[in-house]
Amino acid sequence: MKYEVVHGRSKGFFDSFNRRPGAIKTNMHYCPGCGHGILHKLIAEAIEDLQIKERTVFISPVGCSVFGYYYFDCFGISVPHGRAPAVGTGLIRSDENNIVISYQGDGDLGAIGLNEFLQTANRGENMAVFFVNNAIYGMTGGQMAPTTLPGQKTITSPLGRSVQSEGYPLKVAEMVAALDAPVYVERVALSSGRNIMKARAALRKALQNTIDKKGFSFVEFLTGCPVNLKKSASEINTFIDEQMSKYFVPGVYKDIAENRDPIRRPQPVFAPETVKQVLYGSYTQSAAVRDFSKLQPFFNKERRIKIAGSGGQGVLSLGYILANMGNLRNFNVSYLPMYGPEMRGGTANCSVVISKQEISSPMVDSNCNLLIVLNQQSFDKFLPELKTNGFVIYDSSNVTPHDLLPTQGAYHVNASELARDLGDLRYANLAILGAVSLLMDDYFLEEPDKSDFEAVVAEAIRSCFSGKEKLITPNINAFYLGKHKAQPN
Amino acid sequence: MKKYQVKIAPDECKGCQRCVIACTRNVLAMGKELNIMGFPAATVQSSDCIGCGICFYTCPEPGAITIYREVADDAQK
Ligand SMILES: Cc1ncc(C[n+]2csc(CCOP(=O)(O)OP(=O)(O)O)c2C)c(N)n1
Ligand code: SF4
Ligand code: SF4
Ligand code: SF4
Ligand SMILES: [Mg+2]
Repeated sequence: MKYEVVHGRSKGFFDSFNRRPGAIKTNMHYCPGCGHGILHKLIAEAIEDLQIKERTVFISPVGCSVFGYYYFDCFGISVPHGRAPAVGTGLIRSDENNIVISYQGDGDLGAIGLNEFLQTANRGENMAVFFVNNAIYGMTGGQMAPTTLPGQKTITSPLGRSVQSEGYPLKVAEMVAALDAPVYVERVALSSGRNIMKARAALRKALQNTIDKKGFSFVEFLTGCPVNLKKSASEINTFIDEQMSKYFVPGVYKDIAENRDPIRRPQPVFAPETVKQVLYGSYTQSAAVRDFSKLQPFFNKERRIKIAGSGGQGVLSLGYILANMGNLRNFNVSYLPMYGPEMRGGTANCSVVISKQEISSPMVDSNCNLLIVLNQQSFDKFLPELKTNGFVIYDSSNVTPHDLLPTQGAYHVNASELARDLGDLRYANLAILGAVSLLMDDYFLEEPDKSDFEAVVAEAIRSCFSGKEKLITPNINAFYLGKHKAQPN
Repeated sequence: MKKYQVKIAPDECKGCQRCVIACTRNVLAMGKELNIMGFPAATVQSSDCIGCGICFYTCPEPGAITIYREVADDAQK
């Protein structure tokens, strides 16, 4: 007589649970009669039958099922408490062919992870969430969960859950079914044989939706934690069917997958250059020349610039232009405008860092190499941040310098007056950039880079004022006028 | 002649009794001997199994219960 196996150990499980520490390698760590075990078997069987082992990622939550990845013969990730849907989102967004199973307890999903879960459901991420509602925090030893029933005693509700003080149990299936995005929501009970078979069908339907890329599917499993509820096998089934099911009514809450088209999302981009292009398209510009020709040792260190003045003097756009200039000649740059109470006090400032190396901090509040100030207040305030060998460039229409160290250099130009003569105070920033150019010529550049510096000023102005063509020439003129009038002290 | 057989792997069973309660044909019973994990394993007490699979699905353990079906033996045809 020959026999064949009709029901036996699933190939969706590893043959041997080698990740599990200890001698026992063929069964799981759960307590006798635990609902997690029943559900794991259904999942393993579905993974095998649906032939999705090669692209399934089982996300193990924090809770008793934290070691889910010991068991399933597919990919597995263990995640921080409540974060399974967020990690699942990353998995599905990075490869739409992943079959993501977010397996979560009622503490994990209903308490610490409720926001992540709802946002993920609301975005309609293509995944199957299997929600294990056992009305308790199992792993930590039986504390009250969001789903603990009214009157149910736990170690943290020894008198029974009071709806007056702890509120009503959280009806997650009802809640998620109310959202527009989810395509399938069902609540089932892992109690009697019949109910387990219903659960089996629901689980497979959710996975099929995921395979078909229909979006967010959710199955809530009412399960037993016999140990923390201190119940025998028959008592736990009765508890699920007669108490839990009264409050958490099993049934299909939503099933609209048939009417939904498969999800299609834009192809994600990962290549760093492409990401830059997409995020900062307007900033990654192709320059006329890649680098200065004769890079002086001066540029071996990062150069930290602070620009300050009154609101309206173009302080922030000067910083932006300087950062752009650096970018156009292959430097790493950062630009950090400072807003806040200071602006109301009449001053604005920004930090610009230009470096051939990685920039340590975009914030210039000490060790400043170059201080550019357009009013007295800013001079007084920021001079202490200037390095002992740093340079200050100031608008001599507004600023009377004082307390400069003999080791500190200074340039000045009557930028505001020049700007007024040019017809708009806002040219002051470009006029003072002229002084920066002179300083660079005098100390830090050799030809042909002196001319190239002027060229890159024009390039940066063109790029910063693109779309406002009328402003380009006057600004370039203001720069040359400023450079012509600028002087060292 | 019996068509179906249920088998319990004693060392895979945690003695939770779910299968015993679930089987409508009264095929299964709890044994007394403790297995390697220290649990009393379920045992098969009759040959009335109809292969419904309920015990298999209600059992939380991956390999404790296996259900077999008799197949026609080609050689005997
Ligand atoms: C950030 C964080 N907070 C708290 C815990 C402690 N903790 C571990 S499991 C758990 C609750 C588990 O309950 P549930 O999600 O219902 O899973 P069950 O064990 O009942 O399956 C808590 C609060 C933790 N591990 N990490
Ligand atoms: S504590 Fe409860 S939920 Fe956790 S393994 Fe044990 S029976 Fe299962
Ligand atoms: S397969 Fe059905 S009849 Fe056979 S032992 Fe299991 S529950 Fe009983
Ligand atoms: S259901 Fe499984 S673990 Fe529980 S007694 Fe039966 S065979 Fe053993
Ligand atoms: Mg729980």
